[in-house]
Amino acid sequence: MALVLNEEQSMLQESAREFLQKKTPVSHVRTLRDQGSENGYSEAVWQEMSAMGWPAMIIPEIFGGLDFGYTGMGVVLQETGRSLTPSPLFSSGMVAASAFILFGNEEQKALYLPAIASGEMKFSLAWDETQRYQPQQIHCEAKASEQGFHLTGNKLGVIDGMGASHFLVATQTAGQEGVSLFIVAADAKRLIRNASRALDTHVLAELQLQDVALDKAAQLGGQSYSLEALDRLLDIARIGQCAELLGLASEAFERTLVYLRERKQFGVPIGSFQALQHRAALLYSELELCKSLVLSALQDLDEGQADLAETASLCKSKLSEIAMLATAEGIQMHGGIGMTDEFEIGFFYKRARILETLLGDRHYHLDRFAQQRGY
Amino acid sequence: MNESASFREDVRSWLDQHCPQEMRKPFATEADLCWGGRKAVFQSAAQEQWLRIMADKGWTAPTWPSEYGGGGLDRAQAKVLQEELQRINARAPLYSFGLFMIGPAILKYGSEELKRQHLPPIVAGEIHWAQGYSEPNAGSDLASLQAGLVDHGDHYILNGSKIWTSYGDKGDWMFCLVRSDKDGPKHGGISLALFDMQTAGVSTRPIRLISGNSPFTETFFDDVRVEKNQIVGELNGGWTVAKYLLTHEREMIGESGLGQAGTQALGDIAVAAIGLENSRLADTVLRRDIARVEMDEKALALTLERARDEARAGASLGASSAMFKYIGTELNKRRQELLMSIQGLHALDWSGPNSDDGILPKAWLRSRGNSIEGGTSEIQLNIVAKHLLGLPG
Repeated sequence: MALVLNEEQSMLQESAREFLQKKTPVSHVRTLRDQGSENGYSEAVWQEMSAMGWPAMIIPEIFGGLDFGYTGMGVVLQETGRSLTPSPLFSSGMVAASAFILFGNEEQKALYLPAIASGEMKFSLAWDETQRYQPQQIHCEAKASEQGFHLTGNKLGVIDGMGASHFLVATQTAGQEGVSLFIVAADAKRLIRNASRALDTHVLAELQLQDVALDKAAQLGGQSYSLEALDRLLDIARIGQCAELLGLASEAFERTLVYLRERKQFGVPIGSFQALQHRAALLYSELELCKSLVLSALQDLDEGQADLAETASLCKSKLSEIAMLATAEGIQMHGGIGMTDEFEIGFFYKRARILETLLGDRHYHLDRFAQQRGY
Repeated sequence: MNESASFREDVRSWLDQHCPQEMRKPFATEADLCWGGRKAVFQSAAQEQWLRIMADKGWTAPTWPSEYGGGGLDRAQAKVLQEELQRINARAPLYSFGLFMIGPAILKYGSEELKRQHLPPIVAGEIHWAQGYSEPNAGSDLASLQAGLVDHGDHYILNGSKIWTSYGDKGDWMFCLVRSDKDGPKHGGISLALFDMQTAGVSTRPIRLISGNSPFTETFFDDVRVEKNQIVGELNGGWTVAKYLLTHEREMIGESGLGQAGTQALGDIAVAAIGLENSRLADTVLRRDIARVEMDEKALALTLERARDEARAGASLGASSAMFKYIGTELNKRRQELLMSIQGLHALDWSGPNSDDGILPKAWLRSRGNSIEGGTSEIQLNIVAKHLLGLPG
């Protein structure tokens, strides 16, 4: 497949950018923050995104989806990255939809995918339990009962968790090898969720499951899976994050370029100084590498490539590093104004840090890449 | 079956039949490259046969028009050919500045007469072209060159000198940037002239590098006769041609950052040399640096692929060749540094029974030149800043 967007994908990207620039420029995130938004995103904007079919992007048509593929989802995520628009598109439309597609049985797909596609249900993956990223550390436990299962344990860093209507909770399940995902409604009895407000507008939930009772049909696919099999889901999620990182890094860089051309000191635009020109040129080159990595990874998803671990870790490590660099350079090159809350460049820096940390930072993925390559 | 699939099948079966087994493995050293030319010395019968047979198909220059000896393939077909060659690990049959640099410039700017005279011998690997660009006082500031071309009625006379002529002592013909109008503007008085290096008055002197090798020469011109029809493009319009030609040079150097097709991965070399502990490379700090280089190598390969796919879709590579040159050469230097670290004391062996003739340290030393020749890294960043980012000054 050629490493370029096709016409439909380009049109989707343009229309997404247009919508987001109009509806949710960066001032939107600021307002949500200043108002102390409980979910961290706007429900009204989510309704509009859903009406445009964004959460239906990767879902097959027979389950009410658009079947437009991961590359289509990826270009929209790039644009939400550009405008820093918070929404459950990633957690529900990308990650949870993928979980159902990969592991759900036919009844579960028929029941939940159409509701995810329409935006009516908002799922979020509740996996992590440790502060430093260790996805293999799962102590949350599912015990079999006559009716089904009882879940007990704690979860951290649940993305968009306060607005979610449902969770996919990762557990050890008594009598089964591997890890299970359980469908848990947010209003389930003996499920307590607390908001953990992150350093940007993200609201990450902490869950306490205190003997939450579920029926048998709540276990995704009706079985446990090996960590290797479930890694595919996490890798899909990481590639989605990379699309968002690419969008925000590109936007931060383009804003910085505009400033380099306009800002005058010593009577000339600061962009005429070679010290800054070379750093800008370096960033441009790194971002070009990042573009290729993200597009290629999205196409790998659409082509159903068997092993995603190397690709996803390469992508996440590189994109994390370069997005942090692009946004940090954005602050530095804007000088004093870049440090002010009034100016927007700092929002990009904060979002980059959140995206880097969730699902494994550059160091974690550098090491995982090396492991995949046999060293 | 669609057209492209059937083309692929044809290519595959032709290669199966015609590519000698000895040519289906990666280059071990620079000495394995085939440069052709009048003084060509072939390493093996297979190397010579591979060149002849590919040249007859025009596949040494797959996208050049067949009327000039090229393969006449469109870009999509050329990609298929390239993929099929890679699939069997086939060596490039010919390396030449004719193919990479002066050929494309003649195709774009040359007269019909120059095309018919020079392109077919390039495709066939019969003429080894040398590049005359830099001068002792014109390095990064290339346009200040002074080698002077003077009109002598039915021909020109050239006097002056060049430096950093790649393989100048092996060259058959030279493409040479000269000052054809001493009084004209700096960039507007330059022409690109072609002449046979056997012409009276041309002499060369090798330059010994820190690597101990001499791939470059100084080249001197003492009343050298240049024919009037051997100017590529307009007289005094050489700077435009020179810039076009440089974009091809940068692209070629940028790709060399990927190592040669089939080169062993750094991680594998490290595991062989250092060993594993608990199935991980026993040196954790080195592991990190190796992973970073391998990641960037993959990212660069994908970006080159994307640039070619975009070019097929209509966009031109243009100034982004400066970016590829920058990334590729800096990456190759990192790779060479790591190879030295991985091999420890062995990497210091210059000569002696177990030294492999110092291939490793020589390649390491040679790689420092990658980010100088063909325009320094700093010049490439200037080009990116000005031409791709539109920064002022």
